[in-house]
Amino acid sequence: MNSSAGKAGKGGKVVKLKINFDEITIKANQDWKELQSAKKPVILVGTATCGRSAGSLETLEALRHEIKLAGIDCEVIEVGCIGLCYAEPIVCITKPSQPVVCYGDINPAKAKDLVDNYIIGDDPVAAYALGTLGDGSINGIPRLVDTDVFKPQVRRVLKRCGSIDPTNLNHYIATDGYKGMNKALGMDSKGMIEEIKKSGLRGRGGAGFPTWKKWQFCNDAPGEQKYLICNADEGDPGAFMNRSLLEGDPHALVEGMIIAGKAIGATKGYIYCRAEYPLALERLDMAIEQAHSHGFMGKDIMGSGFSFDLKIKEGAGAFVCGEETALIASIEGERGMPRPRPPFPAISGLWGKPTIINNVDTLASVSLIFQNSAEWFAEYGSKDSKGTKNFALVGKVKRTGLVEVPLGITIREMIYGIGGGILNDKEFKAVQTGGPSGGCIPASLIDTPVDYDSLAQVGSIMGSGGMVVMDEDNCMVDVARYFLDFTQKESCGKCVPCRLGTKQMLDILDDITQGRGKPEDIDLLEEIGFSVKRGSLCGLGQTAPNPVLSTIRYFRNEYESHIVHKKCESKVCRDLISYSIDQEKCTGCRLCYSACPTNAITGDKKKPHSIIQYECIRCGMCLEKCPPKFNAVQCIPGQIITERS
Amino acid sequence: MIVRLNTILQSNFKGSKEELIPILQKVQEEMGFLPKEAMYNIAKFAGVPESKVYAVATFYAQFRFTPIGRNKIMVCRGTACHVRGAPRILDEMETQLKIKEGETTADMEYTLETVACIGACGLAPCVMVNKKVEAKLTPKKVVELFGGKGGKGGKGGKIEN
Repeated sequence: MNSSAGKAGKGGKVVKLKINFDEITIKANQDWKELQSAKKPVILVGTATCGRSAGSLETLEALRHEIKLAGIDCEVIEVGCIGLCYAEPIVCITKPSQPVVCYGDINPAKAKDLVDNYIIGDDPVAAYALGTLGDGSINGIPRLVDTDVFKPQVRRVLKRCGSIDPTNLNHYIATDGYKGMNKALGMDSKGMIEEIKKSGLRGRGGAGFPTWKKWQFCNDAPGEQKYLICNADEGDPGAFMNRSLLEGDPHALVEGMIIAGKAIGATKGYIYCRAEYPLALERLDMAIEQAHSHGFMGKDIMGSGFSFDLKIKEGAGAFVCGEETALIASIEGERGMPRPRPPFPAISGLWGKPTIINNVDTLASVSLIFQNSAEWFAEYGSKDSKGTKNFALVGKVKRTGLVEVPLGITIREMIYGIGGGILNDKEFKAVQTGGPSGGCIPASLIDTPVDYDSLAQVGSIMGSGGMVVMDEDNCMVDVARYFLDFTQKESCGKCVPCRLGTKQMLDILDDITQGRGKPEDIDLLEEIGFSVKRGSLCGLGQTAPNPVLSTIRYFRNEYESHIVHKKCESKVCRDLISYSIDQEKCTGCRLCYSACPTNAITGDKKKPHSIIQYECIRCGMCLEKCPPKFNAVQCIPGQIITERS
Repeated sequence: MIVRLNTILQSNFKGSKEELIPILQKVQEEMGFLPKEAMYNIAKFAGVPESKVYAVATFYAQFRFTPIGRNKIMVCRGTACHVRGAPRILDEMETQLKIKEGETTADMEYTLETVACIGACGLAPCVMVNKKVEAKLTPKKVVELFGGKGGKGGKGGKIEN
């Protein structure tokens, strides 16, 4: 065992801390209770990035303005995101001795209605309400936990997002915050790692390596100086779990890092967060400062003898930096290129010292495990995948959002339960998990349980939690090409299989989607794909072919249709579709004629028009311009070949 | 320019190799891009060869070597945006601005870029205009953003000059 475990020392002895945590919580609880039982109404407005994109700042402004006009004493607080992206901007209102009512789609006009009717009056405007938070309902508004979108969810990591002020440390403390750190400071490394082992926590970054094992390696590694790094460089396109948590509950990560630092004997930690998340960076900065000023960070934390400091490093936009050794190189000021392992970072990482890299969700789960218990954490989940997991449920579902579910839930429950089914009631085709490293799971496997091992079995991975739903209008060859285009651009170029293999695969996919595909291309893609997987240096290359291989496995017919029939049945690949004008329906209104950028449409005024195929670039402007009442322009799969006259 | 650069360097950094990326980020934030003349001074300040500064700066997507327009438009190319029609959004942006991805308009008004993901996937497809995210876009809404066809930033357009 290492001396850096601090005075908490050996043999599981419990050390009494010099600073009394209870006193801090009493003060925080007072603050929190005052807000909860306030004599005046409290309005919460979700102003995380997704809320802001939907216009929540305008809503906030409108609410403040209306309240001022009405001259009402009222508390307005900016909170994080409760995960109902489809219903942003979201506003929650609590009136004294009434349940919290949560409203969706609140634009400035609706904000005025809410102030007029519910803040000034007593009508909770059930028409705008999504549900009530906590117990109790009002005017027939259901409890949010009873609604389809929340029922299958178990919100633990995300429980504070959207209900506390992320900039107010007291809100965090009053909701069990830093209780875990307080407990951990009195434990020794052995006991702490044992606790994580009991919980069954596996890395939430995607690969699912048991967290305790990683910690054990680092703890056993010799050396005085060790480092802890949080990977918050959420690079998977289509995922935003970490962003939401960092914006809505930054202390959850800070606390988890202090605990993890204590367990592995690290006195210094880094948070590597992407620069594309300005609000998350701002919130983290503030959280670290608050932790310092309360004595939760810095030298001799709470008088325990353990010291820990945190520094934020902004990522500079390189997907490969999600790989541990590349991330370390980036922190050291180098190009973010991976190196061969072993030695693993747990033995030799940042500046050659033993280093642990954990994901944001993993560390937030660590806080929860210590705030509650390992048994409590393991209540949910399946045999080898314990606990809950955050997912960004996006794409073609009716209710997009950030959800937290017990591991083992089926894909069907997620898409049709939480997500409310496919947008416009179209047909579900596939769901993509794990981002560019993952695969596409077809509709036939919709009852697959979502856990590390089941997803691996069907050729995908859990990944960090992106779940992109696709419908009949999405072309799977195009999706495969999209991911390959991404990984090819992000390949760092260090090893040949990844640098050249992804390029070759992309070229073949370009050929297929542009009508130059050859029958042997499918086999060739598989052959190169397997070589890239086997021969690449790091996780990026080893998983880059997954989207292609899984789509070939489940959607071979689409590849064949592109190659043999030169048709894109989903009408996505531009070179494999055509536009035509129905002579019966066209009235010759000339809207398409003037919109066409290449003058490919001919016809006399008030007479049916037609498209000169060899001039057409298939931009779809004509289809867009044709008034729905005529509906004369159609897009069809396949090429209409006409000769130049 | 060199005076300004030296002020940026000296007032924010100690001058170690570890700081190279934060230095480049800060210089770009202050100057809008990484001017050629700055690279040598950054190298000297951080105590690394100039080749190293270029090696790092060219590796990361964030860094740019040409001046940026007054308005920066970043079209999200995330997966959720892609399946919900981001390619058409990019097409329309290119048509409206008459430039290609990665370019800046001649009047230095707009720079058009793509970004891997801005993390507003629940509201796809989206575009980041300066620091504001425009969500649930359609090609039609893009046209409105610029105040009608060809009316680049003109009257009624949402993008302010």
